[in-house]
Order: sequence, then structure tokens, then C-alpha cells
Amino acid sequence: MLRVEKLNYEVKGRKLLKDISLQVRKGEIVVLLGSNGAGKSTLMRLLSGDRRPNSGIISLNGQSLMKLDPRALAKCRALLTQQQQVSLSFKVSEIVLMGRYPHFTSAPQMEDVAIVDEVMALCGITQFSDRIYMSLSGGEQQRVQLARVLVQVWDNPDSLLLLDEPISALDMHYQQKVLAIAKGLSRKGYMVVLIVHDLNFAANYADRIVMLKHGRKLFDGTPNEVLNTKNIYTVFSVEAQVDMNPKTLRPCIKLEEMLLEEWSTPHII
Amino acid sequence: MQVKQRIIILFLTITLILVGMVSLGLGAYYIPVGDIWLLLLHKLEPGSSILDNSLENNVLFVVRMPRVLLGILVGAALGVSGAAIQGIFRNPLADPGLIGISSGASLFAVLVIAFESILFTSLSQIMGHYLLISGAFIGAGLTALLVYRISLKDGRPQITTMLLAGIAINGLAGALTGLMTYVATEQQLRTITFWMLGSLGGATWESVSAVTPFILLPVYGMFFFGKPLNTFALGEMQADLLGMRTDRVKLWVITLGTLAVGASVAVSGIIGFVGLLVPHTVRLMGGADNRYVLIASTIMGATVLTLADVLSRTLAAPIELPIGVITALLGTPVFLYILITEK
Repeated sequence: MLRVEKLNYEVKGRKLLKDISLQVRKGEIVVLLGSNGAGKSTLMRLLSGDRRPNSGIISLNGQSLMKLDPRALAKCRALLTQQQQVSLSFKVSEIVLMGRYPHFTSAPQMEDVAIVDEVMALCGITQFSDRIYMSLSGGEQQRVQLARVLVQVWDNPDSLLLLDEPISALDMHYQQKVLAIAKGLSRKGYMVVLIVHDLNFAANYADRIVMLKHGRKLFDGTPNEVLNTKNIYTVFSVEAQVDMNPKTLRPCIKLEEMLLEEWSTPHII
Repeated sequence: MQVKQRIIILFLTITLILVGMVSLGLGAYYIPVGDIWLLLLHKLEPGSSILDNSLENNVLFVVRMPRVLLGILVGAALGVSGAAIQGIFRNPLADPGLIGISSGASLFAVLVIAFESILFTSLSQIMGHYLLISGAFIGAGLTALLVYRISLKDGRPQITTMLLAGIAINGLAGALTGLMTYVATEQQLRTITFWMLGSLGGATWESVSAVTPFILLPVYGMFFFGKPLNTFALGEMQADLLGMRTDRVKLWVITLGTLAVGASVAVSGIIGFVGLLVPHTVRLMGGADNRYVLIASTIMGATVLTLADVLSRTLAAPIELPIGVITALLGTPVFLYILITEK
């Protein structure tokens, strides 16, 4: 279980996260929602242990994140970031294998190779195996990075999987597929924290939704509890019509056309 | 490592041995390859022989062999340091010179040359040639330390700051070195120029044995950083998330690089382009995996420098060209070719 208590984080006097408490239980998939700059990615970095909070506690499976050895932590926590540049001309298979680096010392074991093959097939990148990463399209690169992050914790279902906008560059098919993989992994026991911007994806795949604004947690609950017109307006300042999808019994969000107020009065020249 | 990469390393090793043999034979006094074998085998067998005091024997063991060994050591140091520093800077155009190691070493060496007769007379009598070597070594260490300290932010080295600080220090050291040429005498100026362009001409068994530990240990140490350097390609944050202690890796790689490059600048002056070009070529041949690149760059660096040394001794014989001129003359076209074809 991931437990976060009274987290505060500031950089150069700017308070990026204020008094955040939340929990992610084993087998649960939590979606973080919020506008640009709300602190979602910052929260992800803190949850990964890459940045230390100014105050507050983050504990993973009962142990403080700060006290875990970097290599031990690497075997039970993986973070997919939005930055996906790779310097130098590495091949796709080499990039994915890097996800297994915490698990072997000099040469990859049979198990590592098997995991890499399995996950590459799952992410639909087996055919790119020998291509240079930089020569792939944006969506293909994103799937390679996802595969690398998945192999890192593939053999440990007690792990924490943090995915920061994993589908931003993907086509419709892979958007659904990646979310299905995330959900499937949560059913195997993984704690999954996900950032997506599409409210309907959040409604369909999340067990719980956490909504952030200006570094504070405003709402936290099941999709049915928190995804309503009022909350969506509070967080995103958009008008939305929220219905219930009769098939899934989950919320279904329709956004209304936005009109720019400042342009609505006709100018007389 | 892949089979292809192993084959490339084997191929490079054979090339190095061949180039080394040729280099032992060629020069102002030609020794046939057969004789080299004969003399080498004879050296291994104790017992006196008429061969011992022959001219051939002296040229081979007193002049050529230390020079070839020094070329191999210096080339290996430049090749592997270039590869490792490109890895931590995440930039294929980085070079040990970029963070001020070479220019710091050269500044201090020039200071020693210019002020040897005034300030360090007693030291110079005690230390002899070692004074210049230690001067260059101290210069390399101090600049690397300075650049590293400037780059620290909240106790963590920032790679971009390090690069900018290195460029600034390079400029400063270059200006001070230029200033020194005004106070130097005619004779000192010749030494300085020759030294700034690089040369293996000063090779003796003493200089070889003096730098061997300072080059072999760092070169060997670098081989352990293949995996961490690979993860640097994903960005420092991902390297951290994969459990690599990136701050330690940076500190180690820069320390080892400074030792190896500082030692080689100290004995052979500034030799450009090897640290930049060799790793690049190695990557084009067998891919970017640093577990392969580091080893292959070491061997290829040694080969390239040995070859450049043969050319510097034979192209305009009996005059000896500075080896830095050869590496730049050979390196620039190759480099431009790579740039144009990769564009």
C-alpha cells in the first residue's frame, strides 16, 4: 500500500504541493486529474522518491520511501515520465532491456530476456526491436518507454506503477490498449497511479479519481462520486454535462461548446 | 554483448597488434618485422648474445618500444575518456577537452616551461622532467575540480552548468596560455608550441612507467560504468529511477577521466580529435551500448594514435610532425564526412 500524509513541497519559495494526503491500496488504479500546472507530475515525482518533500510522509508497503536503497526501490517502483528523449543511437531492444538493469549485474538472465520479449509483444513494438529509437514516431517511442517501465516491475505485483500521461501521443487503439494493460496490472495486485486528460477514460478505467487544483487535493472518490458538473467546473473551468452510461453504470461526460467571451460582442469598425 | 560487438572488438585488437608491429619497425631506421620477432624472442631468453649491443637492438628497445607503448596508453586514455564523457553529458560531441581538463593541464605545463628557470630552479633540478608532468597533472585536476564545484546545485552536479563552466574555463586558460607566450623566450616558445600540438617524442621508459598506473587504472575502472552510462541516455532522472546513483557515477567518471587525460596530456601534450572521433566511429560500427563502446573505444583509440605516430615520424622524415597536427588533419575530414552523411 502507498500512503501519503500531509505532503508539502516547494521550489524556490513557490508552493507546488500543499498538504496532500492520499492512499493507494494494493490492486487499485487511481487517476490524477487536474489542469496544466496543478501539480500532478510533481506529485508523481515525489511518489517515485525522485524528489523529497519539504514535509510529510510517503510510505510504500510500510517502509518510508526515503529509507529504501535506490536499487531496492527500483525493483518495486517504476515511473513513466513525459520526457522521452534518448541521447545517442540506442536500439529499441536495448532501451527496453534497460528496464531490467536493476535486476542483473553484468549480463541479462534468461528471465530478463523472456520478460523483455513478452512485454515488447504486449506493447506492439516487437517489429521495431532492431530499429534505432530516435527513428521511431512519437507514439511508437511512447510505447517503447512504456515497455521499459513495465519490464522494470513485471515480476513483482506488489509494485507501484506510476504512469504520467502514458497515452498522450497514442492512436485510439493503443490508448485503449495501454489503459487496459494498466487496469489489468492493477487486477494482478499492482498499485497504479495514472495521469490522463480525457475525463471519459478516467471515468471508465479508474477505481478512484483524485482531483488536484493549485497544488491542493480538492476531491477524492470513485468516478461516480467525484465526476459531476460542479466538480469539473471547479477544477477545469469548463461546462460539462454528466450522464450515467447505462451499460457500465459509470459517468459519461459531454463537454459543451466553449465560446470566447471577449470575442462574442461584434466589433463595429 | 552481442556477437557482432565481440567480433568488432576482436578485429580491433588484431588491428592494434599489427599497427603496433609496423610502428616498431618504421622510422628513420627501418627494422624488418622478422627482426622485431627475433629481438623480442631473444629478450625473453636469458643469456648473452652478440645481438645485445647492435644498433637494431638499441633502436627497438630504447627508442621505439617506449614510444609505441606510450602511444597505446595515451590513445587508450583519450578514447575511453571521450566515450565515457560523451555518455554522462548525453552528447556525442562532448570531449574531455570540453570540461577544461586539457586546457587546464596545458596552462600549468606552459607555466612550468615559462617560469622553470626563474621560480622552480631547485625543484627542477630534483624532479627533472617530472616537474612538467606533475604540473600538467595538477592543472588537469584543479580545473576539473573547479568546474565540478561550480556545477553543484543543492549538492548535485548539473551537467549543463558543468558544460558552460568548462567552456568559460577553457577560454580563461587559453587566454592565460596565450599571455605566457609573450613572456617566454625563443627557446621556451618552441617547447611550448611543440607541446601544445602534441608529440610522443619525449617517450622514455621512465615516462612510460611514470604514467602507466595513472592511465591503466582509470581505463580499467571506466569499464565498470557501461550499464550506468547507458541509463544516462534516458535522462538523469530515469537513471536515478533505475537505481543508479547518478551523482556518484558523474563524480567517478569525471575523476577517472581527469586522471587518464591529465596523465596523457602531461606526457604527450594536447592531442585533439581522438576522444571525439573514436567513440563516434565505434558507435557507428557496433551500436551505442556502452558496455561495448567503452572497450572498443579504448582499443581503437590506441590503434589510431599509434598509426598517427607512425605517420608523424615517416611522412616528412627525417623531420617529425607534431602528432596533434596529424590527428586533426586525419580527423577533420573523417568527422565532416560522418556529419554530412548522417545529416
